[in-house]
Amino acid sequence: MRVLVTEKAIGADEVIATLDRKIHGAVTTFLGTVRLHSEGRTVRYLEYEAFPEMAESKLREIAEEMKRREGIEDVSIYHRIGRLGIGETSLVVAVASLHRRPGFAACLDTVERIKEIVPIWKKEVWAEGEEWVRSAGA
Amino acid sequence: MQVQVRFFALYRERVGASQKAFAIEEGATVGELVAAVAREHPNLCPNPAIVVVAVNREYAGHEQRLKAGDEAAFIPPVSGGA
Repeated sequence: MRVLVTEKAIGADEVIATLDRKIHGAVTTFLGTVRLHSEGRTVRYLEYEAFPEMAESKLREIAEEMKRREGIEDVSIYHRIGRLGIGETSLVVAVASLHRRPGFAACLDTVERIKEIVPIWKKEVWAEGEEWVRSAGA
Repeated sequence: MQVQVRFFALYRERVGASQKAFAIEEGATVGELVAAVAREHPNLCPNPAIVVVAVNREYAGHEQRLKAGDEAAFIPPVSGGA
């Protein structure tokens, strides 16, 4: 298990590499990437800001919560902050599980929990202006 | 007593600082701290009663009592992930 909030680019392989891979049969990953359009506006880039110490402690709390589930072996979460261009990866969740269904479920629930409790904020910057986004889960 | 308050994202921009000390009465609650900050920065939030606060990096209710040296953080609605 590893959680990280970083300004550096993140990728699935490096997060998968942190999983304890001894006995499980499936690895499920989720990548959040920066989309071009948001509510009819064209996004130029995003700015992610974090309360880094608390964000990592909340990510750890979520990973541990998922690891306690039946069939889940390990969970790692990396979140990138700073300025991200279109198509860049903001979030990587990797779940090691014995079988696919609990893995997909834990992966989805991890992302939902992140949107609820992790102190990270996204600002959209368009040609005409900018706005801090409120996530649907918060 | 003095309490250090950290501001992030929307609140940081509205307050114009990422960290600031506020003087509150001994044993004041989180809600009283929010009220003190809102008095000094009326544009913080239209409804201070809904401002989410973390104390020493854990979410805290407005009824929680503060002690000297606590680090409070004002947490606007989060939007991490994708």
